[in-house]
Amino acid sequence: MSSVASILFNGISYGVLLFIMSVGLSVTMGMMNFVNLAQVSFSMLGGYVMVVAMQKFGVPFLWTLPLAFILVGVVSIVLERLLFRFFYGTDDLTQVLLTIGLVFMSIAIVTYFWGGTYQRVNMPEWLTGQQELGGFILERYRIFLVVVGGLLAFLLVFGLERTNFGAMVRACVDNRRAANACGLNTDLIFAVTFAVGGGLAGLGGAMSANLLGLDPNFPLRYLVYVLIVVSIGGMGTIGGSLIAALALGIADVAGKYYFPSIGGFFIYIVTVVVMLCRPLGLLGRRA
Amino acid sequence: MNTPTAYFEGLARWKPLEIVFWLVLVGLFFVPGVNLPLLSQIIIWGLFAMSLDLLLGYRGILTMGHAAFFGIGAYTAGYLGKFGWTEPISALFLAAAIAAAVGLLAGRLVRSLGGIALLMVTLGLNLILYDFVLRSTELTGGDDGLQGVVIGQVLGMFKFDLYGKTAYLYSLAVAFLMFLIARALVKSSFGLALLGARENIPRMIMLGAPVGKDVSAAFAIAAAMAGVAGALLTQTIQSVSPDALSFQRSADVLVILILGGTARLYGGFVGAFVFLFLRDWLAQLNPVYWYFWIGLLLVVVVAFFRKGIVPSLGVLFTRMQKKRGTDERTPNRAAL
Repeated sequence: MSSVASILFNGISYGVLLFIMSVGLSVTMGMMNFVNLAQVSFSMLGGYVMVVAMQKFGVPFLWTLPLAFILVGVVSIVLERLLFRFFYGTDDLTQVLLTIGLVFMSIAIVTYFWGGTYQRVNMPEWLTGQQELGGFILERYRIFLVVVGGLLAFLLVFGLERTNFGAMVRACVDNRRAANACGLNTDLIFAVTFAVGGGLAGLGGAMSANLLGLDPNFPLRYLVYVLIVVSIGGMGTIGGSLIAALALGIADVAGKYYFPSIGGFFIYIVTVVVMLCRPLGLLGRRA
Repeated sequence: MNTPTAYFEGLARWKPLEIVFWLVLVGLFFVPGVNLPLLSQIIIWGLFAMSLDLLLGYRGILTMGHAAFFGIGAYTAGYLGKFGWTEPISALFLAAAIAAAVGLLAGRLVRSLGGIALLMVTLGLNLILYDFVLRSTELTGGDDGLQGVVIGQVLGMFKFDLYGKTAYLYSLAVAFLMFLIARALVKSSFGLALLGARENIPRMIMLGAPVGKDVSAAFAIAAAMAGVAGALLTQTIQSVSPDALSFQRSADVLVILILGGTARLYGGFVGAFVFLFLRDWLAQLNPVYWYFWIGLLLVVVVAFFRKGIVPSLGVLFTRMQKKRGTDERTPNRAAL
């Protein structure tokens, strides 16, 4: 019983990380149909921002998280303005190649500055060790992840469903041309959304460094996971991404625990089957 | 004189540059001090990229899992060599057949998909296979790959030597044969049907073309050729590692093809030349950061030479011809 609960809990906390890293990509893909594989590089960048801020400048861990969000958000909006926006109308292949090129470059750049080894992450005292909660002994850091993730998911859904800006974003996802014709500045909306999505990826990276390990190959290791979340959830849907990320997290942890021999490709099989049955993802709608 | 027969004959006519291309590849063999092992790799990668071209260039199918077929061919040749079937040419046929069978299935599976779903399914299938090979250490040697692969003499006469002379000529001959098949295919009515479906699927359906079946067939053929390329790699380096079917390889072959240019058949070979020479040079220059330049190359190519090398040269070539005032009919699909 307790092993089932702990697998569920570990899976959910892992899923939360995947959700934060991929939700931005899901929304921007739904909006502009832009396949940005460099999203995972944003996550890696966020991780390094966190590590450098903590080790070089002694910034407390909690403050490094908004720092990672803001810095990576700025980087992503710069890239969007300078590079990505010229490729919105192009085909999938062009976008895939462009952004995978950026991933390669980011790996080399990070190796150049911080070396190819795993980064040591020293968590503050209150986030290490275990905590008894309702009869279960749980890792404190994972509790922290679940709480922050829940908060973020709530904020995102609330922001998208209840605010003015959220309504504009939804309008752009549903039909960009019509939104444009109604007088919305779709260019600006997209740039801001892109920055928030990039910032979230950075935040996710910063939060995951402790759990998933941070080294220059981080983007290639998690690229597939992020793509799975986006495609299974359905592009442009936050709820879908959340469900897909949590399911993926649980499936991955459970698969590796119960079937260590096939654990890895259990999730790939699920992905292939889901994509064959529902090419637009679980919650995806035809544009 | 615009009968269908005349049209296809016109398409199939060899252009002088094509003959020069293959003569240069043969001629390279005789250049003293040339790096034959690297050239063999280039030929093999070129053949692999050409097989992808059949799907991506001529049919517009963006597959992220083409290395799976390459790997199937490579492991088939590896197993045969390991368990005593050392004759290389029959091994190529077997590798092609097995890869084609898998390709037919994969094509049947994905032929109604497009966009991100197609990308994810092909990528997923590739990863499943890779994971399987990596995990089944008893069957495949896992990370270390297959050890003790023995390859006999080609045609019972030519031994694979240390300098890679046999390997180069053997790879070149096989690649040329594959090229002839691919060339005949894309310049036939089947090739035209693929091109048509690339441009406008509903219209091809209206014309009565078996669009779905054509995709399965194209997958099978492309898979067979990728399998041959994989088997060639195994035979020329006498070992197999799981790298043969990694995602990295699927991505690399895509880069090579885009670099060279799609829907030209020659694009894969030219791209392989540029990519592998560059990679070799950059890795010697700096073994750690060379991937930065590959990434930059990709970004620059996509941003400025989206058509790739061969089509860009083709445009240049026809422009030069026009300047000289030759009133040769502008070829439909560029010079090469």
